[in-house]
Amino acid sequence: MYTQALNERIDGPRVVEDPEKLAAFQARIDAEEKIEPNDWMPEAYRRTLVRQISQHAHSEVVGMLPEGNWLTRAPTLKRKAALLAKIQDEGGHGLYLYAAAETLGVSREELYEQLLSGKAKYSSIFNYPTLTWADIGCIGWLVDGAAIMNQIPLCRTSYGPYARAMIRICKEESFHQRQGYEIMLALCRGTPEQKAMAQDALNRWWWPALMMFGPPDSESVHTEQSMRWKIKRFTNDELRQKFVDATVPQAHYLGLTIPDPELRYDEATGHWRYGPIDWDEFKRVIAGFGPCNRERLAARRKAHEEGRWVREAAIAHAEKRRMRERAQRLAAE
Amino acid sequence: MAEQPMPLWEVFVRARTGLAHRHVGSVHAPDAEMALQAARDTYTRRGEAISIWVVPSSAITASDPADKDSLFEPTASKIYRHPSFYEIPEEVGHM
Amino acid sequence: MTTIRVEETPHLTAILRLADTALVLSHRLSEWCGHAPMLEEDLALANIALDLLGQARLLYQHAAELEGKGRTEDDYAYLRDAPQFRNYLIAELPRGDFAFTIVRQTLFSAYFHPFWRRAANSTDRTLAAVAAKAEKELAYHLRHAGAWLVRLGDGTEESHRRTREALDALWPYTGEFFEVDAVSRAMIEAGVLPDPEALRPNFEETVDRLLREAGLPRPPAVWMQSGGLRGVHTEHLGHMLAVMQHLQRAYPGARW
Repeated sequence: MYTQALNERIDGPRVVEDPEKLAAFQARIDAEEKIEPNDWMPEAYRRTLVRQISQHAHSEVVGMLPEGNWLTRAPTLKRKAALLAKIQDEGGHGLYLYAAAETLGVSREELYEQLLSGKAKYSSIFNYPTLTWADIGCIGWLVDGAAIMNQIPLCRTSYGPYARAMIRICKEESFHQRQGYEIMLALCRGTPEQKAMAQDALNRWWWPALMMFGPPDSESVHTEQSMRWKIKRFTNDELRQKFVDATVPQAHYLGLTIPDPELRYDEATGHWRYGPIDWDEFKRVIAGFGPCNRERLAARRKAHEEGRWVREAAIAHAEKRRMRERAQRLAAE
Repeated sequence: MAEQPMPLWEVFVRARTGLAHRHVGSVHAPDAEMALQAARDTYTRRGEAISIWVVPSSAITASDPADKDSLFEPTASKIYRHPSFYEIPEEVGHM
Repeated sequence: MTTIRVEETPHLTAILRLADTALVLSHRLSEWCGHAPMLEEDLALANIALDLLGQARLLYQHAAELEGKGRTEDDYAYLRDAPQFRNYLIAELPRGDFAFTIVRQTLFSAYFHPFWRRAANSTDRTLAAVAAKAEKELAYHLRHAGAWLVRLGDGTEESHRRTREALDALWPYTGEFFEVDAVSRAMIEAGVLPDPEALRPNFEETVDRLLREAGLPRPPAVWMQSGGLRGVHTEHLGHMLAVMQHLQRAYPGARW
């Protein structure tokens, strides 16, 4: 969903790779072969993948929180069911992605530890608050819409387990954006208060949604290598433009105004041109100073801490049961 | 104290009668029964299964990709294993 | 829209009791979503919550047919105040810790699994259809909760202690399952509802088996709590509804 990880520098010791192996690896990638867990891969490829897949997984599980904020207040039983199913899907997607990352030799516990300690990043979008029901509509429509733009090309990403997880995720997510747009539609066809609620939510979510694609190509450190490895298949700006082109007419259909005075249609190219994005805000939120960074991490830590005794008990019971079964076997012999 | 890792299980799902179980992903669970339930709740939310297998990931032995040539290359030359290797006159009909 | 006045007949009341119970418990379970002890459990509890929510919706739709006033499922869920809710008290108690949730699910499912199995023969054809679906769902809910109960009871000292505390706290709320008032008496006689007394052996057998496996003592016979069926609730339901009904109440008549 969220490929902002690709825009950070990889840390860790520099590994000097065997040029022959490196060339053979690149040839496989160029031939569109999938790379599988036990295959040889450059250390930097492995690290990039672990970081991107785990960041993607973290984004899914942190992403459960802003929507979960409205789960107990969904205004109809139908909306309640759809929202619960959607948030549950996100948990499932986090699970698929952690599993994909684990094939690269890192455990879920380690990845989780990185999230909870604040070392690992997740998509900046989830550090914004959900203040009204229309925010749930906007998350489905814009955030999931942006995610889909990002995720569809990832179904063809070069690492097999990641690509397979993405195929499953994309299939399941097809209803997410539609349920969000339907919420917006109901609001825009509703009372003036509801319409105002929809416009207000769009005003707050539009720019953060555009930031989800990451910094402009001119400033993105990592795009080139990731493109060559076919981990990433389109640049940030390409995807952002696709998203804007798809979304602007949808907003117009709702009768809503995109909060960008510079937005205009470019006849020559067929693209919607948008105004400058506030990258300072983006950096600020990534750095931990968004409206909800603290709450989101605190909620994840709390769940993890409060669940510890449960996980310990389950493991302890499994161990006891093994011992008992062994004792029974021995007694029978 | 570091938390003990929850064991990892590979999940295989039979989608319809007559099909083989296919690997779909993995789950973490303390034991086989909980792994089965987690697999059910994770991988069959849209009616994708009529049967599930879970296997401890640690129980799987995989071939080494480095052995690919020695394991799988030798079969390439044994074309006599394929029906198209043999010439049967057309008059004999389908065989 | 303001609070609706439902003209209750025994049949309608009986259906609302089941619908309200399913909705309220589903709501409590949904509070776990994103906060469960492990990701796998987030998914499991959400599945159970979705099953119960599905049951509640079918039952409210049936209630609307019975009442015949053109109401919707949402009217019953969002436009009645706590005293009009007819759910069993056990469903509305706050989420608690994971042990509390597991014990509640175990006790609830140990009763409602055989309940729905019998209700599949109801003379109310719609209820029978809901029951046929719910029975399968409850069978899984019981399997899930039962497995956890055993693991928590026979896990660590802490998990045993928490589970035992939860059991002691929840046990007094199991009496309501077997309460029969004039409404349920009429419905049992009409063949709409199963007689809870007939379900007791099954309930006790399930609970005893699981408690034994979990190494937990069966709580002693205590004074049983009562009131939900006639709208006398705990303090918790009002808060839950205040949250749940917030939008419908703040924007009367709006469509969502």
